[in-house]
Amino acid sequence: MLRFAAKRLLLALAVAFAVSVIAFLLLRVSGDLAGTLAGEEASPEEIERIRALYGLNRPLVAQYGEWLLRSLSGDLGRSLFYPESVAALILDRLPNTTILASCGLVIALLLSIPLGMVAALRRNTWIDRTALGLAVLGQAMPSFWFALLLIFFFGLTLGWLPVSGTESLANFVLPAVALGWFSTPVLMRLTRAGMVEVLAADYIRTAHAKGLPVHVVLVKHALRNAVAPVVALASVQFGNMLSGSVVIETVFALQGIGYLAWEAISRKDFPVVQGILLVVALFYVLLTLVSDLLNAWLDPRIRGG
Amino acid sequence: MKPAPTASTSAEATSPEAVPVASSSRRRSRWLSNPGLVVSALVLVTIALLAAFAPWIVPHDPYAQALDARMLPPAFVDPERADPAHLLGTDNLGRDYLSRLIYGARISLLIGFFTMLVSGTIGTALGIAAGYFGGRTDSVVSFLITTRLSLPVVMVALAVVAVLGGSLEVVVLVLGLLLWDRFAVVMRSATMQVRGREYVTAARAIGCSVPRILWSEVLPNVVSGLVVIASYEMAQAILLEAALSFLGLGVQPPLPSWGLMVSEAKELMLFEPWMIMLPGAAICILVLAINLLGDGIRDATAPEGRA
Repeated sequence: MLRFAAKRLLLALAVAFAVSVIAFLLLRVSGDLAGTLAGEEASPEEIERIRALYGLNRPLVAQYGEWLLRSLSGDLGRSLFYPESVAALILDRLPNTTILASCGLVIALLLSIPLGMVAALRRNTWIDRTALGLAVLGQAMPSFWFALLLIFFFGLTLGWLPVSGTESLANFVLPAVALGWFSTPVLMRLTRAGMVEVLAADYIRTAHAKGLPVHVVLVKHALRNAVAPVVALASVQFGNMLSGSVVIETVFALQGIGYLAWEAISRKDFPVVQGILLVVALFYVLLTLVSDLLNAWLDPRIRGG
Repeated sequence: MKPAPTASTSAEATSPEAVPVASSSRRRSRWLSNPGLVVSALVLVTIALLAAFAPWIVPHDPYAQALDARMLPPAFVDPERADPAHLLGTDNLGRDYLSRLIYGARISLLIGFFTMLVSGTIGTALGIAAGYFGGRTDSVVSFLITTRLSLPVVMVALAVVAVLGGSLEVVVLVLGLLLWDRFAVVMRSATMQVRGREYVTAARAIGCSVPRILWSEVLPNVVSGLVVIASYEMAQAILLEAALSFLGLGVQPPLPSWGLMVSEAKELMLFEPWMIMLPGAAICILVLAINLLGDGIRDATAPEGRA
């Protein structure tokens, strides 16, 4: 286990390094940053001045080294629009996104585990087919459209829930449903597949044979084993939600890092974009590391690989 | 995911397994008796034909504005205000909604198809290389896949489009460079299974060059798995293009991208909800048809009794 963990940690570090290079290069090589910063009507001299001001005329490696060192010490630079530093901006918005993603994950799990379980227990019946059909339909809907439909029906028409803001938990319900909805199909399918496999196992037959009540067999014996990979995938899904929240937060004007990212990108506020990219990607690296270690801990067969 | 059994697969399961290759008529019945496959194929062909012949089909110029005929609802929404000349109404600039929807299909299909080509080429090349050579190549490719997965797709795509501008080419290129991971993962494991087979060993023994082995021995035998991922990734690309355009950093106005149409209509959502329903439903139907077609082809081509 230790050997596996060490190997996996090394990979995570390498990926984190690669991600930082990409986050840095993406906005340097994909266009003339100084020209963009100076605006469309800027004179060549003005662009040159800005290039020197931001250190954009030095070699890329030197720029990257300095940026990385500063980022590691927690200094992600300054926003071009806000008075706060990038780190302060991200820290300020992070709680909203974390609440949103956590609620989204809880909703996804509450939907997918029971649905997947029932689908597995009633395999090839109309219940199973309805659940699978819903999963297929769910995956075909654009997330922003689903979010708008939620706003239209539950916010505007029925007036049950607020459609923007972050004042109370009620403000998070619709965005969390919209976000969780898109993780539900994959988690449901995994639960269903796991349950189908587990239900055919000998120890389930043994548990039934020794006369245990059905609900004990299902929950204590079957679900506990079937749900292990679901929990591991859920942590990866949480990472996806942190990054997928750009669309949902923008639709609901929810002041999280996704909305901040969209705002910063639209205004070409590159230090902020870079900082968010880095933070979100590192979160994801961390979450997949946790998920892999969790999987290996739950299933010793994986450690060999 | 375990596919739901269809009429065709249960019929296969009861037939004697001694028949090694399905005769062409049986193969045909296997394709035709899968309702999901037939319906999705018909829907997709219809959309593709509409898109291909859009200039000759559309009732109006999709870019022609008419300020005296703005936001006319379709007849089924409000027969009082509807104008029979505009079957699905007009948008906030008086442009014919049906014509714009049909032209929008072109954008979705073009971006979906070419993104799938770009990402499919990258992912298949990487996956086959990793699976065939193994060792260090495999480590490098696995590293690339892990790195790619750590990058938030929507944010990276938005940022690149913001810098390079929202043309169709840029959107295709960005999405193509981001969506190759699933191709690589599936092709890698498929190639690993094929690598040790007799025909590959035989080709190696008679001195075939590596590119030749990869091209004419490995690729044809892993290609069946490609169809399903290709359909899935095409659907994914269409959804992402819609999301980027919706956020204002994808296809730019006045092009009638479906995502952009939803975005343009969202301010009017309370008064004219049909304006967001129609383009959203169009995306949904197209993506659903592509996904179901992929699932259907997988079921129909799966080896006997395994579907």
